[in-house]
Amino acid sequence: MSELNQAMAARYRNDFLREVEANVEEGHWVRMCMQCGVCAGSCPLGPYWEHPPQEIFMMIRANKREEVLASSSMWMCTSCYNCIVRCPRGLPITHIMHGLAHYAARLGLAPKTQPTRRFAEMFWDNLMKKGRVNELKLGLGLYFMNGFAEGVKTALAKRPIGQAMLRAGRMSPMELVRPHKVKDIQGLKAMIAKARELEEARTTGGSAG
Amino acid sequence: MAEKRRYSFYPGCSSQKSASSSNYLVSTQAVCESLDIELNEIPDWNCCAASIGYAKGGELPRLALSARNIALSEQAHPDQDIVATCAACWLATRETQERVQADPELRREMEVVLEAGGLKAEFRKPVRHMVEVLVEDVGYEAIREKVTRPLEGIKIAGYVGCQTNRPFGIAGESFENPVYLDKMVEAVGAEPVEHYEKKVQCCGGALMFSEPEKCQAMVKDIIEAAYDGGAEMIVTPCPVCQMNVEIYQDEINKRYGTRFRMPVVYYTTLMAVAFGRSAKEAGLDGQVIRAEKLEQIAGK
Amino acid sequence: MADEKKFGAYICSGCGIGERLDVDALAKIAEREGRMGYVKTHEFLCGGEGVGMIRADLEAGEATHIVIAACSPRAKTEAFRFDGVAVSRANLREGVIWVRPDEEEARETTQEMAEDYVRMACAEIKHLQVPQANPEAALCRTVLVVGGGVTGLTAALEAAEAGYDVVVVEKRGELGGHAARMHRRIPQRAPYRDPEPTGIDELIARVEAHPRITVHLNSHLARTSGAPGRFEAEVAGESGASTTVRAGAIVMATGFTPYDLSRLPHLGAGKSPDVVDQAGLEALAREAGDGPIRRPSDGKEVRSVVFVQCAGQRSDEEGQLPYCSGHCCLTSIKQAMYFKDRDPAIDATVLYTDLRTPGAPGEDFYRAGQEKGIVFAKGEVREVVPADGGLEVRFKDLILDEDTAARADLVVLATGMIPNSGVDFDPEAVAEEQATVEVPVESILNLTYRQGPDVPKLKDGFADSHFICFPYESRRTGIYLAGPVRRPMDMAQAMEDAAGAALKAIQAIENAAQGRAVHPRVGDLSYPSFRREGCTQCKRCTVECPFGAIDEDEQRYPVFNEARCRRCGTCMGACPVRVISFQNYSVETVGQQLKAVEIPDEFEEKPRVLVLACENDAYPALDMAGMLRREISPFVRVIPVRCLGSVNTIWISDALNSGYDGVMLLGCRKGDNYQCHFVRGSELAHYRMSKIDDTLKSLSLEQERVATYEVSIADIERIPELIREYMETIDRIGLSPFKF
Repeated sequence: MSELNQAMAARYRNDFLREVEANVEEGHWVRMCMQCGVCAGSCPLGPYWEHPPQEIFMMIRANKREEVLASSSMWMCTSCYNCIVRCPRGLPITHIMHGLAHYAARLGLAPKTQPTRRFAEMFWDNLMKKGRVNELKLGLGLYFMNGFAEGVKTALAKRPIGQAMLRAGRMSPMELVRPHKVKDIQGLKAMIAKARELEEARTTGGSAG
Repeated sequence: MAEKRRYSFYPGCSSQKSASSSNYLVSTQAVCESLDIELNEIPDWNCCAASIGYAKGGELPRLALSARNIALSEQAHPDQDIVATCAACWLATRETQERVQADPELRREMEVVLEAGGLKAEFRKPVRHMVEVLVEDVGYEAIREKVTRPLEGIKIAGYVGCQTNRPFGIAGESFENPVYLDKMVEAVGAEPVEHYEKKVQCCGGALMFSEPEKCQAMVKDIIEAAYDGGAEMIVTPCPVCQMNVEIYQDEINKRYGTRFRMPVVYYTTLMAVAFGRSAKEAGLDGQVIRAEKLEQIAGK
Repeated sequence: MADEKKFGAYICSGCGIGERLDVDALAKIAEREGRMGYVKTHEFLCGGEGVGMIRADLEAGEATHIVIAACSPRAKTEAFRFDGVAVSRANLREGVIWVRPDEEEARETTQEMAEDYVRMACAEIKHLQVPQANPEAALCRTVLVVGGGVTGLTAALEAAEAGYDVVVVEKRGELGGHAARMHRRIPQRAPYRDPEPTGIDELIARVEAHPRITVHLNSHLARTSGAPGRFEAEVAGESGASTTVRAGAIVMATGFTPYDLSRLPHLGAGKSPDVVDQAGLEALAREAGDGPIRRPSDGKEVRSVVFVQCAGQRSDEEGQLPYCSGHCCLTSIKQAMYFKDRDPAIDATVLYTDLRTPGAPGEDFYRAGQEKGIVFAKGEVREVVPADGGLEVRFKDLILDEDTAARADLVVLATGMIPNSGVDFDPEAVAEEQATVEVPVESILNLTYRQGPDVPKLKDGFADSHFICFPYESRRTGIYLAGPVRRPMDMAQAMEDAAGAALKAIQAIENAAQGRAVHPRVGDLSYPSFRREGCTQCKRCTVECPFGAIDEDEQRYPVFNEARCRRCGTCMGACPVRVISFQNYSVETVGQQLKAVEIPDEFEEKPRVLVLACENDAYPALDMAGMLRREISPFVRVIPVRCLGSVNTIWISDALNSGYDGVMLLGCRKGDNYQCHFVRGSELAHYRMSKIDDTLKSLSLEQERVATYEVSIADIERIPELIREYMETIDRIGLSPFKF
């Protein structure tokens, strides 16, 4: 268990709702859920959620901290925003799910091998290198996500798609050599560092009340 | 002749040369040229983090990415609306803009962040999707007038997908049944599929990479519904939708025993062809599943 | 002069009637068979010229009774209303040409249909009299309000402000009822965020200061007699002394009794003083003033409170209430705010199965509760038990599907409302109610009516009133219901109710003064009378009158209280010797119509089916079917009746005897959720028709020849379909053997 996780668990002892309200993006909306279930019924991957959003909201109020944060549920969000536009109470559900997923990852509670989590982390690392996404590297990284042998298999399986994309001019090996990039990468990185610092100050500096 | 329309353009990572939706950019440029629209690229723009960067990026770093683009646009093109062709780029930028406008605390935080990069921003500009420019600024009538090669006799399913449609959507359209693609299809002389059942169904987005089985099942339904409606091709406004629906058809055919071979094009492709531009200018060479009917028309 | 009847008929050829029908042939029938003094046709009868022509004839004394053969009697009612003249309408437009196809082969049967309707109107008009106002008319501009709670006080003020004198009778020693014991009320003003002062003190002060209002405290009604316009109530005080109050109408606002908490031991009631009901929590909050709310057991400040919704209500358990009391969810939100507004750190949890927040404040107030941090959990409470110096609420979380528990210093049970509705006139119903829930069984009104001392109850002990068509109305004309005595409700709804009931009372007073009927036959001057010589004192009419309008004299003859009568004719339908009639509606007016229909002989293979249709629902639905051009068999003949309750079985046997092949009765929905304007008419008709089998047997006729249906005004498509199906039945069983 990470240090941050221990600190947060101790600070909000027995009041996960308040912890979420204080630390999760748009978390202050959780109390406004009225348990109608429209979100659960609107989610394209609804059947695959361990706990649909409606249930997640109830679990937060019922203090089920570990169960929520370690859940694979939030990682099923495809960001289709269907729940947001349909929620009769106007909860920004997609953002709350993103927020919970991020918070769980920060605390080290998110399921480690969850594929979407891993892809999401790769995506961020990829874009942070040059300031723009390098699709080719991201794709290759993806193939080797589950180890080298598995990666070779996946890469072979995906070869027809890769070749088609190459033919269509929508993929280029040049990306490995001369990738697209942001010129002022230093400036960008300084900004992100500052943003990260402010975000962390919100958590550690924020009061429990 | 109306005055040239000018916009501060945010192309996004996937539109770059040799990237997955480079053909979107090509056709967009052709259409804008025909309609006398000038796109001025935001200098040194960066990635928006799309809808998947949140997991590691978190809230402020993610918003900081868009704040930088907004600041650069304000600096370079102070009087021009920001326009994006990619749904995720548009969404992230507009979300940042609106949240900063609504939340003074967040504005302070973003100001501090920008300062670290030697930038500042007022967060005042409208952030718009290319579809909005075409529908609201240009109008269907003007599009119709530019058509020199109507796409007669082609039935097309307007697949709107998610992020061009939600949470913001195009003004005046419903979330459940937006009709602007159908109107565009009509404007270029083709026939829209009425009651296209999977019009706003999610294609899986970025989860196509992490949860391929689940997402391909959804894409299968999207294509099947288009066939059911008698469509010969699908048109979409979103790079991720385009890619997910087009390039996995062989895998889906293998998995489900289907025989899909449904071209998936951008609305800008349709317009470029109808406006009389060449197949290359319309980005037709970027199709993985070739849109032969359009190639024929463009070749005439 | 007045007794001399002169008949004239007018046939309109407008709206396509002239093109579709042989109007000259209709005129001949009216003249020869209908024996009209004269017959005139006009191509636009409802226009200025047509109506002018009729007026001129009437003024010239050409006719006192006229037939108008044109559109439905429900159309052009203003144009064809001639005061002091009896009018009978033949429905040729909606009833004939609009429900028949415009085709050559349909022409003959369509014409026959029209001819029969002309015959029927001519037969009816012979037996119509111009009604005179009932002789009982009396004016008394006083409203008697029973109950001095927020409902009664509001009704009193509304009536008094409208210029009527009011007498308020309250059984307790002070005014204000439950509202006076409340800490705050659910907000009534936007943004509906915070509980508001009840305002009850101001209301009481206004009532006490009003010059038109007299208040009797510690009093009850020992005896109430009379009718609208002339009620007399004996108001008995504590000392036994009594005063007589005269009133034109009565508003019954006797409120509710909270469900007895001690019946819920599984929810901790009686096991710990820290389990209270909502009234108990109001008392604790009042006691606390601006300070912290303390629990009863040891005076410790409450730091956690759990509200249990639907405690002993919405339940099918014996001894509990089956219904929802409507206000309790909002009340619990309000009460949870008592805690949150004092200190947001106090835990307040509402356990519900379905949160219901009706009315204007509903959703906003619920949302405000969530914003203030009240936790709402969908859970079914199993039990509440004392534990570790506090309470433990064990419940099943319905979202997470698991058994769990919450700790609390105080538990508030949201129990239901039991109406103070007096005793039921139906002893069986009382016995049934008592089996499930104890209801107060002391009479409130002590009416001297033949049919019992209080207004009848409907479901679950609430006094009868129709929730959509005519709220406030009881089955006792001139006595109106307001507040939780008629259905569970909160303060705001009760106040709105009070205003409605006060207006109804005023209407009743004014109509009674002119000898006219109230709703639904507003303004009808007719009233029932009976032929004493023929009466067998069987009491059917007094028992079956849905409105308790008929008493009995010492010799057990019926005594009609005309002002209580709603003119439905149920008494007329009930009378086995047919001595009851109205001036404009009688056994004869309908009986002669059905006999006037020409019955083709059996070789013509044209069946005839009589349709008796309720004038409030079935008949308008048939008219609308016509407007939509739905086809209806040319073999049916429709007669509107005031209510199926007024259908006398003689009409059925007359019809079958004269060779009709079947009779359809179209009435309203009966039963607990009745939609019958006259409450029991449809039910009685169904009952009476179920007894007609013997008659059918004695005539060797098939049971199917008489069919009774429940329909609604919206059954525009269904009724033509029912008729079509019925005609198939007749085809199947064959024509009646009683053709001549």
